[in-house]
Amino acid sequence: MSEEILKVESLVKSYEKDQKVLHNISFSLQRGEVVVIVGPSGCGKSTFLRCLNLLEPIDSGNILFKGHPINIKDKNVHETRQQIGMVFQSYELFPNKTILGNLELAPLKVQKRGKQEVEEEALKLLERVNLTEKRDVYPRQLSGGQKQRVAIIRALIMHPEILLLDEITAALDPEMVREVLQVVLQLAKDGMTMVIVTHEMEFARAVADQVVFIDQGGIVEEAEPKDFFEKPKTERAKQFLDTFHYETV
Amino acid sequence: MQDSGIQVLFQGTNFLRLWEGLWVSLKIALISMLLSMILGIILGMIMTSKSKIIRFICRVYLEIVRILPQLVLLFIVYFGAAKHLGMNLSGEISAVMVFTFWGTAEMGDLVRSALISIPAHQYESGYGLGMTKLQIYRYIIIPQTIRRLLPSLINLLTRMIKTTSLIVLIGVVEVVKVGKQIIDASRYSNPTAALWVYGTIFVMYFLICYPFSKISSYLEKKIKD
Repeated sequence: MSEEILKVESLVKSYEKDQKVLHNISFSLQRGEVVVIVGPSGCGKSTFLRCLNLLEPIDSGNILFKGHPINIKDKNVHETRQQIGMVFQSYELFPNKTILGNLELAPLKVQKRGKQEVEEEALKLLERVNLTEKRDVYPRQLSGGQKQRVAIIRALIMHPEILLLDEITAALDPEMVREVLQVVLQLAKDGMTMVIVTHEMEFARAVADQVVFIDQGGIVEEAEPKDFFEKPKTERAKQFLDTFHYETV
Repeated sequence: MQDSGIQVLFQGTNFLRLWEGLWVSLKIALISMLLSMILGIILGMIMTSKSKIIRFICRVYLEIVRILPQLVLLFIVYFGAAKHLGMNLSGEISAVMVFTFWGTAEMGDLVRSALISIPAHQYESGYGLGMTKLQIYRYIIIPQTIRRLLPSLINLLTRMIKTTSLIVLIGVVEVVKVGKQIIDASRYSNPTAALWVYGTIFVMYFLICYPFSKISSYLEKKIKD
């Protein structure tokens, strides 16, 4: 018995009049499920994630979180965001705080949890991503991959029910991609509910329970990863997947 | 060396009086600076507002302050308030008001440019963690802004200290006024007193402002790393 944790009903979003970025998107996410969103650049997949985290207002449609509609204009929008964590492409750690400070800020100030408990959890999480020795340094002394791992656990320490990952490896050097994706794979194994936007197709295939292909602001195809990557139903998806293969010269 | 005017500095408590006068200047500059910082941070946040009208009003305020000479502002407040509003403001209070009015505008503009130089993702990361706008400003944005601001802030402080030399004109007994009194008192016994007294004042201003400008350039270098 799975529980539907997030449901999107005919979401429409435009930045300027008559220029729809997303049209009529419906989407459902079960607890414990990992959905990977793929699609060409500019297709609206990042915007979609931002809408889910209530960072962008939507024009019409509904987003239901655990059965309740949520909206950017809600008074308790901050509480909703605590339960839907987000990690960005550019791993914006706070440069004025140490790694431990970055991790502890929101639990202490937003959730008002106890200092000792938060610190214990922060150290446990740091250990999990092999960064214990970096606890007291500032973000600028970390590599991109290390920063992104900190950004992930900074979201985790809030105990979100859903984690949204927005192209978290796109700004990283290739050899750092792996160390970050390893962390995400482990999360998936632990049963974290996630929506992931990525360009790493191999990773998508490994981690996804469901793949959603978005193009030109609409969902073109939804399938299990094996089906999607081996025998895509739509011509558009086929073309998209072909761009990742190189012919021998 | 009967004629050497340097003696004038050591007659009675003259030297001490000059320092006391400088302390008056410094006090006015520091109080104004403190007020300007607090109000300027608020103004800077307002200046990043999305509303065109609010931005326009702030712009007008800033331009007025930049166009009017500080001396005119001092006269308007000191004499204007007495004449038209019937308020008898002391010179010190008037000076603090004018310098705060000026400093807030300058500070606001500095804060504004520092704020917009902080990437939007910093705000979004905060929102993503469920923080409110106020919490984001308090724990993330303002600490970063202040780091970037420190050099120009100290620069503004030294400018303010130097500009306090104008307040002699609204009757505040600060270092220049004290100097003038000493010169006037020894006009006949020491005809060259002016050179020595003003020379001393020059050195005093230098002694006060130089460390500040050193700190400012040191911080500028440090923040770049």
